[in-house]
Amino acid sequence: MKLFPIRGGIHPDYRKEATSEKPIVALPLPRLLYIPVQQHMGAPARVAVEIGAQVKKGQLLALGQGAVSAAVHAPTSGKIVAIGSITAPHPSGLPQLTITLETDGKDEWAELPEAIADPFALPAQKIKERVAASGIVGLGGATFPSAVKLGLGGQYKLEILLLNGAECEPYLTCDDRVMREYADEVIDGARIMAHSLGTAKIVIAIEENKPQALAIMTKAAESLANVEVTGVPVQYPMGAERHLTQAVTGRETPARKLTADVGVVVHNVGTARAVHHAVRFGRPLLSRIVTVSGGAIVEPKNVEVPLGTKVSELIAFCGGLTKEAKRFVNGGPMMGQPLPSLDVPVVKGTSGILALTAAETNEHATQPCIRCGTCVTICPCGLVPVEMAAFIRHDKLDKASELGLMDCVSCGSCSYICPSNIPLVHFFNYAKGALNAADRDRRKQEQTKALVEARTARLERAAEAKRQAALAAAAARKAQSQSSDANKANA
Amino acid sequence: MWDTVEFAVGSLAVIGGTLGGLLGVAARYLAVEADELESEIQALLPGSNCAQCGFVGCSQYAAALAKGEAPVTLCAPGGRATAEGLGKRLGVKADLSGHDEVGPQVAYVNEELCIGCLRCAQECSTDAIVGANKQVHTVIADVCHACAKCFKVCPTEAIEMRPIPATIGAWHWSKPVVGQSQH
Amino acid sequence: MSIVVDKSGPFTHAPTSVQHTMTLVLAALVPATLFDAWLFGWPAIFLFVFTVGACMGIEAFCLKIQNRPLTSLGDGSAALTGWLLAMSLPPWTPWWVAFVGAVFAICLAKHLFGGLGQNVFNPAMVGRVAVLVSFPVQMTAFVLPHHLFGAGSPGIAESLAIFAHGFDIDSISAASALGFVKTELSRGVAASASAAKVPGLSDMLLGLRPGSFGETSAVLVLLGGLFLMAKRIISWHIPVAVLGTLFLFGTVFSALDPARFTSGLFQVTSGASFLGAFFIATDYVTSPVSKKGQLIYGCGIGALTWVIRTFAGYPEGMAFAVLLLNALTPIIDQYTRPRAFGRTRKGEPLPLLKGDK
Repeated sequence: MKLFPIRGGIHPDYRKEATSEKPIVALPLPRLLYIPVQQHMGAPARVAVEIGAQVKKGQLLALGQGAVSAAVHAPTSGKIVAIGSITAPHPSGLPQLTITLETDGKDEWAELPEAIADPFALPAQKIKERVAASGIVGLGGATFPSAVKLGLGGQYKLEILLLNGAECEPYLTCDDRVMREYADEVIDGARIMAHSLGTAKIVIAIEENKPQALAIMTKAAESLANVEVTGVPVQYPMGAERHLTQAVTGRETPARKLTADVGVVVHNVGTARAVHHAVRFGRPLLSRIVTVSGGAIVEPKNVEVPLGTKVSELIAFCGGLTKEAKRFVNGGPMMGQPLPSLDVPVVKGTSGILALTAAETNEHATQPCIRCGTCVTICPCGLVPVEMAAFIRHDKLDKASELGLMDCVSCGSCSYICPSNIPLVHFFNYAKGALNAADRDRRKQEQTKALVEARTARLERAAEAKRQAALAAAAARKAQSQSSDANKANA
Repeated sequence: MWDTVEFAVGSLAVIGGTLGGLLGVAARYLAVEADELESEIQALLPGSNCAQCGFVGCSQYAAALAKGEAPVTLCAPGGRATAEGLGKRLGVKADLSGHDEVGPQVAYVNEELCIGCLRCAQECSTDAIVGANKQVHTVIADVCHACAKCFKVCPTEAIEMRPIPATIGAWHWSKPVVGQSQH
Repeated sequence: MSIVVDKSGPFTHAPTSVQHTMTLVLAALVPATLFDAWLFGWPAIFLFVFTVGACMGIEAFCLKIQNRPLTSLGDGSAALTGWLLAMSLPPWTPWWVAFVGAVFAICLAKHLFGGLGQNVFNPAMVGRVAVLVSFPVQMTAFVLPHHLFGAGSPGIAESLAIFAHGFDIDSISAASALGFVKTELSRGVAASASAAKVPGLSDMLLGLRPGSFGETSAVLVLLGGLFLMAKRIISWHIPVAVLGTLFLFGTVFSALDPARFTSGLFQVTSGASFLGAFFIATDYVTSPVSKKGQLIYGCGIGALTWVIRTFAGYPEGMAFAVLLLNALTPIIDQYTRPRAFGRTRKGEPLPLLKGDK
């Protein structure tokens, strides 16, 4: 299949050898599960159970709210013992609303929606509803509600469902193992998604550093005419959806638009597998594969983890930590978020848990920028990190925004390659957050102004009405006294 | 040689005088009207006349700002956005270091102490308080902008100004500190 | 377990660093330097050591008075400036010329602008131009090679004397190739005729002729430059643009009027062309960041160098050309930003193709 080059990018060491040959193992059921109601992009789900309730595996715990949201289900059977604030697996360390489930070890299924024997006979809407009811979100890490993405066929003319098996981040091997061990499930899920989207063609893109996955998936798709498996060059960030779309189709998604605008929808291979389970068997999303790796993990593994498991338990299952852990990361080392604590739950977007040593993180003190220009050469989005960071450092965020800051996808390539160890992506994350906060402030200000003016107008109207009423009453009294005078005169 | 010196001095004096004159004319005829500036500034302020800035109302603060007699950081309900907007319009750098100490706030009615007198509801500059006579009042948090007028009129001190709790959605990374090596 | 979250990702880093880059650049200069040390003997060695030492000493002083940590000396930038400055001086220059150059280079051109990464002009070139303009006699006093261990090479005592006071210019100095051609032109001798009289191409390339320290061995400088390109420290854009433009101008104009203009090959192999193209114009801080900008910059340097060499009063124009283009770097950067993903060159989002809903 003809491929197209993407701009820039870096070639970090894969560091996948620790886990790429290790088959997925299931984590034994923990005693307590901590299930947040927001594990997705969009509005948080609304709690639908009470403390003390007995729930079965797959039972709805929280309902999605609004157009962009996702449902949350019980990963196993047990009793709800708490609904409250637990530290979120988010760098802020802030708490979020979380349902605590005490497992009973029985793992009993609730009554599930019916298994669909022939999804291809169903209308697209039904598939979308089933995926929504199953709480499936993008498992590549973005956690966008998949049902919303599957509904794009109605608004856009779509040609290709592009399945993202690139997994360009170092260390992570969960998608690699899913493709190797569950190839048929992935392809079936892809076909169901393509049917829902109305795309004629399916392309499964896998980076060349996964030869076994390429071979197995190619074999599994052999008999299917509209499914093509292709290797893509090993280049970070090949797994970013716009860049993968460009590599496979040559089409460049315009800024501020979706890949759907160029006829392509991208989904992760893990998401495809989840759709297969949801549609064929009615099973909601209850667990995910997590790569636990890094130099400070005693036994790196690929683990199938029930959602809500504490990260500390997961690490203990992998032999625990050696003494040298310097950084704990949720996801891959490039775009993953730092963990505020190990007592946070594994959620739908947790593709990896990494405990990295100082040697692996290779952090050094920041030195002045020497304008080497490497960041400009390798930026996959064609931006100028050196200039943007200089403006941000001098608090000229608007100028940085004019240079294209909001187009930055925070892939981390520039920070990775900077010889002066300047935390470029940290600057951009800060600036994006500050600009968004300023936007919110401005909107609040405008709203306040409008409300103050509305109140002033209301008071004026009320005062005016009062004046009119007083005038009318005075006129009425006058008319009445005149008529009574007239009556008296007539009498 | 004398001619040369005279000529040089003379021509530079003429040029200097002409340019200086032009600048003076511009300063007089192209200056921004004080009134215009004041009403522009007033448009940037919330308009709730809460007096937290120390002036009686927003128009008085705007007048002081137009004259350059007040710092741009006095409006607490306006927050960072207002201070930055004012700073931009007036061309001054807003010293926002003190702003985060107080942080954005919101009014809260303690339902145990509320006697339902409606005074706060009438006073509220954005109609953020709902309540009826002898019924417990409550503040609609999204609408409140912490002008604190309700706080001042409540007879039972049932209203307190609370900091808005941090949420994950509103959180963002802080500016990286890169030490003395950077300028 | 409580974890301090003080920085965002990424949490891995390439094995690159400023020290690593500087070390490789210095390593690439070693062959040419050693050769020239052998070629010109002890005075040149003293000059080289002194210049590098002076630059580092002045850098330490500047850091101290700014209360900046002295560990910054370890990044190698002052050493590199001193090295390049030494290579652009005539090999038997007395020490005070080198010292003045070092002060201009480190103090004026680098620290007064804000230190590492903040200078607009190439420090070594500023130093060179400052002493060229201030001490024109010493700066154009080139000598024939006096091999280190050969006959005629000054011994250590004599070298120290030369290093301290300069040498008897009228008796020993020899013109560099460029200088020779220019003076002959002013005497009415055609460029083609005088170019034939200068050392042959192989001598020029190998460096067996008069010139400043770094001007001589073009082959060794080229090897160093290719080494840097292989190590991805520099890219091909600037060297190719500089040398290519020099060659182009030389060839075109000497075809038009061989009596007045020297050939492209002569332009490329004489003077500091190679040193300038590979080591001086490619300085990170003062050159544009984008590849397109670097090409424009390189072409500009090549063109200006040719113009200055041909028409201006000085025989060697590389230093001036570099400084003038350094001044243009910010504006080149502004107009050669890459095209952002998903946007047109003007910054608008790409238009959607027809046929979408």
